[in-house]
Amino acid sequence: MDRPDTSPPTMMQRILASDFVFDFTRAPLAMLAAAVVLFLFIIAILAPLVAPTNPFDPASLNLMNGFTPPMTPNMFTGQSFVMGADDQGRDLLSAIIYGLRVSLFVGVMSVLLAMGIGVSLGLVAGYVGGWLDNLIMRIADIQLTFPSILIAMLIFGVLRGIIPPDLRDEMAIFVLIAAIGLSEWVPFARTVRATTLVEKEKEYVQAARLIGLRRGQIMWRHILPNVIGPVLVIATITLALAIIAEATLSFLGVGAPPTEPSLGTLIRIGQDYLFSGEWWILAFPAVTLLALALSVNLLGDWLKDTLNPRLK
Amino acid sequence: MADRPYLDVTGLSRHFDISDPFLARVVSGGRKRVLTAVDDVSFSIAKGQTYALVGESGSGKSTIARMIVGLERPDSGRILIDGQTAFDEAGGQAQDNRLRQKLQMVFQSPYSSLNPRWRVGDILMEPIKAFGLIRERGAQRRRVDELLEQVGLSSPDAARFPHEFSGGQRQRISIARALASNPQFIVCDEPTSALDVSVQAQVLNLLKQLQRDLQLTYLFISHDMAVVRVMAHRIGVLKDGRLVEENAAGDLIESPQDPYTRMLMESTPRFAGGLR
Amino acid sequence: MTTPLLDVRDLSVEFPLRRQRLQALDGISFSLEAGEVLGFVGESGAGKSLTGAAIMGLLEPPGRITAGTIALQGRRIEDDAASVRGGEIGMIFQDPLTSLNPLRTVGDQLVETIQLHLGPSGEAAEARAIELLEEVGIDPERRSAFPHEFSGGMRQRIVIALALAPEPKLIIADEPTTALDVSIQAQVLALLRRLCKERGAAVILITHDMGVIAETTDRVAVLYAGRLVEEGPTADVIAAPRHPYTAGLMASTPNLDAVSVDTVLPQIPGSMPGLTALPSGCRFHPRCGDAMAECPRIAPEFADGVACHKFSAVGSMKGKGASNGG
Repeated sequence: MDRPDTSPPTMMQRILASDFVFDFTRAPLAMLAAAVVLFLFIIAILAPLVAPTNPFDPASLNLMNGFTPPMTPNMFTGQSFVMGADDQGRDLLSAIIYGLRVSLFVGVMSVLLAMGIGVSLGLVAGYVGGWLDNLIMRIADIQLTFPSILIAMLIFGVLRGIIPPDLRDEMAIFVLIAAIGLSEWVPFARTVRATTLVEKEKEYVQAARLIGLRRGQIMWRHILPNVIGPVLVIATITLALAIIAEATLSFLGVGAPPTEPSLGTLIRIGQDYLFSGEWWILAFPAVTLLALALSVNLLGDWLKDTLNPRLK
Repeated sequence: MADRPYLDVTGLSRHFDISDPFLARVVSGGRKRVLTAVDDVSFSIAKGQTYALVGESGSGKSTIARMIVGLERPDSGRILIDGQTAFDEAGGQAQDNRLRQKLQMVFQSPYSSLNPRWRVGDILMEPIKAFGLIRERGAQRRRVDELLEQVGLSSPDAARFPHEFSGGQRQRISIARALASNPQFIVCDEPTSALDVSVQAQVLNLLKQLQRDLQLTYLFISHDMAVVRVMAHRIGVLKDGRLVEENAAGDLIESPQDPYTRMLMESTPRFAGGLR
Repeated sequence: MTTPLLDVRDLSVEFPLRRQRLQALDGISFSLEAGEVLGFVGESGAGKSLTGAAIMGLLEPPGRITAGTIALQGRRIEDDAASVRGGEIGMIFQDPLTSLNPLRTVGDQLVETIQLHLGPSGEAAEARAIELLEEVGIDPERRSAFPHEFSGGMRQRIVIALALAPEPKLIIADEPTTALDVSIQAQVLALLRRLCKERGAAVILITHDMGVIAETTDRVAVLYAGRLVEEGPTADVIAAPRHPYTAGLMASTPNLDAVSVDTVLPQIPGSMPGLTALPSGCRFHPRCGDAMAECPRIAPEFADGVACHKFSAVGSMKGKGASNGG
């Protein structure tokens, strides 16, 4: 028989030898973007270890440190901060690192939520079809007529109204995740539905029906692995959107609370002081947000182009 | 010797509603239109034999195949498999499952009949697990190896993915999957139409050998008279959903009665070469 | 010796991919006279469609011709196929649905082609279009219909009319009837052959189906893994194939008159190698029952219509019927 003599490759070997890895190692921009994203993620996860101070510990704050410019010893306390200090004397670098943490946490969790909802609904709509498909798609259409920020604000407002006042600040992050997640599920659902419609007609699905598998089993075991590809691309691009959405909401004051500020909150604080000379309170958080969103976007764009079916 | 036939199909019919959507019809004043895909087809297959359904595209042969294995419901007619009414509304889930275990199908396309994300071993294991035939992991893996050997592949192939194999090898994997549930009856829906000629010979020979070794009964669907001649004991000719002629293979080929059958035979290219 | 209509010498095509260069065609040489129907037969991946594409200049990048010449009536065209494409060389592809513009009527497409290649002439072009439709057996009244209103077989007839409109010298037909029903297939092939013979146009008919070759072609060229392995008059090659691959191909094709349910079809073990795993020497040797010692080492030269060591000087020195190893 004409089989190769080598034994079948392991998963790791397959990944390393794949076209994907090959293309990646030859795309400098993608590698740079991935490096930046990875770097920011690691800093955020290791925040307590990496940040010079804990900016939310009231005991460590000294109001006299307020408005210290970057790299300049404070005239009262003599303390110096790499990125300066904000209005309350918090080290801006630490605030940014912790803010990054909030931004990324909210971003990632809301994408996961959107993905969970969108993929499930897309699978069901595509595979089951009929009135259920119609219903889901019309809801999707209606939701798409509104800007997602407005939807997020609406959901945020509704959920906040339901939660008792004393829990509001604690729950704010989760409400934020729910709001953004619920506003971003539609692209997932649509893509998954389209791919499901195609896969459903393929003969391996019929083979599965032949042995008596139930619809749910077929959707989960057979169809899902084949529709997940485009989902990863959408997830990356949605992550950038979610980060910006969170920043926007926090900037508008309806997002992360001051007790757990995200980059958006910091930007809001900094905005007040921009024209009175303390430019650093706005600049550094803004640049960080820009770097994060841009890198995630670039990575997502590259993924989208690479995973496109190509000429052999 | 009144052996009852293994498969007995009577009065099978299937229609498709191809009218425009309701609102469009109301607006344009059009009528409901119905396409008759299968029209009152009856035939039977004896155990251990191969019955071929021959027809061109649109003849209904694939629809009949799908109805027999339960992928589609007929609008009317009765299917008896090994004496048991198939996919009867009255029978329960358990009865359906016992029936499903006896039936299997080999599909036409080597490329879309295997899940590209699953390893071959898992693909073969699935029917074994679904019918609960073998419970113990080690025995399951041995059975998978056995199936691979039976179709001319080997044990390490279980760790590979379908795209690592050629078209002919993929059809072998499909056949192995069909054998995994120890079926008695296999519907082969144009299993070699997408394969090259030299590979086709391998797959057809394999199917025939398996039939002898495992006493399988086949319903073989094809558009190619020559392939059907190699495979079938009996042949039924389908045209536009109706069975226009049916006979033992040798008799049908030598003295076709229906003009459509004669036309099909004449259109089949032949050449003076062939077997040596 | 008159100049052949088409003369291809040592044509080689390569596909430079990410990590390797794949040689898809290796030194293909053949020629074609006016009015001849040459069949190109091979299994999937053999390179028959690629040969047609190379002649037409329609190789998909990054594929490109790396060696060899293509001459149409003595004129070299391998760098400049666009000038002859559609005009002197006509094409017929497998899928009639995508060969015709779905948004334009059949009549319009015909008239456009006629005007493009034979000079603008409104009414005369229309008249010519009507003639062509009649020749291919389509009612000229239907020329204001769109392609989707015709059946597959009729669409292929329209495609034939389109290909013949500019009075080409050569038609390259790539699996023109594979997608059609068997009964229609025979009619369309007969039509193609008749019309081309009438006009003295040559045809390259690319197919995987030996039956089609037997019924439609004058000569046949057999391709295997990018190389030509046998070539000759159809009747001779079919009755007495010399290359073991050709012989195996013929034997494994079920012949309606000669098989029954008890037949075990002869089969060629294994399958055609992919471009990334080409065997050394003769590319067929791993599957060849007659392989000899030099087969894995030396690629056989194509001479006298066959590329096989059994017939080459090296092989025949060992005498008839001798086979060492393999």
